[in-house]
Amino acid sequence: MRILVLTKPVPDPAAGAERLGPDHRLDRAASPTVVNGNDEYALEAALRLIEAHGGEVVILAMAPANAVETMRKALAMGAHRGILVTDPALAGADLPTTIRVIAAAIAAAPEPFDLILAGLDTSDGNGGAVAAGIAARLGLPLCSAAALIEPDPAAGSVRVRRLSARGYDLVEAPMPAVVSCTQVLGTPRYPTLKGIMAARTREIVVRSLADLPDGLAPVDGVWATRVVAAAPPPARAAGRTITASAADAAREIAGLLAERRLI
Amino acid sequence: MQPVILAVAEIADGSLTRVSGEIATLARTLASEARGTALGLVVDPAPDAAAAELAAYLPRVVAVTSPASGAGTWAPHAAAEVLRLVGEGVTHVLLPATTDGRDTGGILVGLLGWGLLANADGVTWDGAGPIVEASVLGGMAITCSALSDAVGIVTVHAGAVTAVETDAPGSVESRASEDQPAIPAVAILERVAEAGAAVSLEDARIVVVGGRGIGGPEGFELAEELADLLGGVVGATRASVDAGWISYARQIGQTGKSVKPALYLGLGVSGAMQHRVGMQASGVIVAINKDADAPIAEIADLLVVGDLFEVGPALSAELRARRGG
Repeated sequence: MRILVLTKPVPDPAAGAERLGPDHRLDRAASPTVVNGNDEYALEAALRLIEAHGGEVVILAMAPANAVETMRKALAMGAHRGILVTDPALAGADLPTTIRVIAAAIAAAPEPFDLILAGLDTSDGNGGAVAAGIAARLGLPLCSAAALIEPDPAAGSVRVRRLSARGYDLVEAPMPAVVSCTQVLGTPRYPTLKGIMAARTREIVVRSLADLPDGLAPVDGVWATRVVAAAPPPARAAGRTITASAADAAREIAGLLAERRLI
Repeated sequence: MQPVILAVAEIADGSLTRVSGEIATLARTLASEARGTALGLVVDPAPDAAAAELAAYLPRVVAVTSPASGAGTWAPHAAAEVLRLVGEGVTHVLLPATTDGRDTGGILVGLLGWGLLANADGVTWDGAGPIVEASVLGGMAITCSALSDAVGIVTVHAGAVTAVETDAPGSVESRASEDQPAIPAVAILERVAEAGAAVSLEDARIVVVGGRGIGGPEGFELAEELADLLGGVVGATRASVDAGWISYARQIGQTGKSVKPALYLGLGVSGAMQHRVGMQASGVIVAINKDADAPIAEIADLLVVGDLFEVGPALSAELRARRGG
């Protein structure tokens, strides 16, 4: 099997250094970057599938040129090679452009993929619509919110436990298919020293817009959406803190709920 | 061109979900401000009851009977019906910011190339188009965003607006479904329900949340008891989910669900930022926590410092006493 995993470099949420630039868009130079958390679950799932079925894992990112460093971390986990789509014209790209460019890069890859995995959403954009958009551009089925991925290469199909409001739905699609991934798939592995060494020599192919079909980005740089204002969240006034016996505390809580007509 | 604003409703057990009534209200309000028109869409194997519910909010509802949307995942079929309505003049599409809503929005962006504004916590109309307020970067900032074109898609969080019915219910137009889904259909072989998940977390008016301090699956029995007494639903923090005490479907926060209940009751929840981003817009926040310095103190209306295994049962007894049994 050949599995493609979309691995978006995002500001490290643990660093707490995310900030918006003067145009109210994310300042990608302000914070150290890591592979998006949900994409790491996708990568872990892909690596396990390859261990079970054989084949290779390819990672793909659309990101600034320095994303090579972050992609090496994903290669160190065990991915075999990478594709980086980078172009100054894509800085601040909107959702339709991101979807068009990634779908075009996938279509332009010389070998076909059996599965295309991506995180359910990203910790910076958080729109959760890229996987579906790529499925639509490529005319592929979409299995979203995956908790378990079970391909049957002989049958050319994949079964996915898709998380629902109630539990999960067991869904089945022909491959190739696009799957969006959740943390339920399992904890991502840490890179081994051997993996880190191997990642240094693994290939990352760099593609610019010139390598892809024309018309993917707006020539005048006008995106479909724009941020018009940004502000820190309003402070929520701190309330009361009480220390009391359990019975008194319970009366206090019930009193508040009654006062607010919640009981 | 007059804006034509479409609210795409979701159904659970034959009824509209809470957020569906809210986005229907939003579509009507925006259409009024924009001097345009609003309509609703229901796509389901048996859409009639929900379509009648939706017509309480909107002047016109399209009810599509789509057997395929029940036999497989919903988004490919819902997107096909939205595309048909776009062909009939719809300029703006409002969707719930749920998995199905986001899937549908993504498919539409892929096929139409329209802009999408995600995770709206509030939407206004500024004369040219919608202005969407959203919390970004783990709650670090609130942004207001706009569309550059006269068309676009918005995904909306539950609780962004209050659902308000109109005086005069609208008309319902029944249709057969499109022949083809917007992208290849995905079959559902089996639906597996978990115990206690009768009301979805995002739709719940009251949420009782177990954090790390709840200590284990037994602690969640206390959370379930309180949720039952309050008419609420149990949620969880990432720490509780990662510990395996409860399923991911209950997780609230940056990598889980975003909720805006009238009451959030936290049991042993410290209030880490990645959790707060999914709940800090709640109406009333009450927390029971051992640690008076836990970050949740910064946002709680009432923090009870104490042992949740003493205060919780006492609250349960108090609630039973107040309801006279």
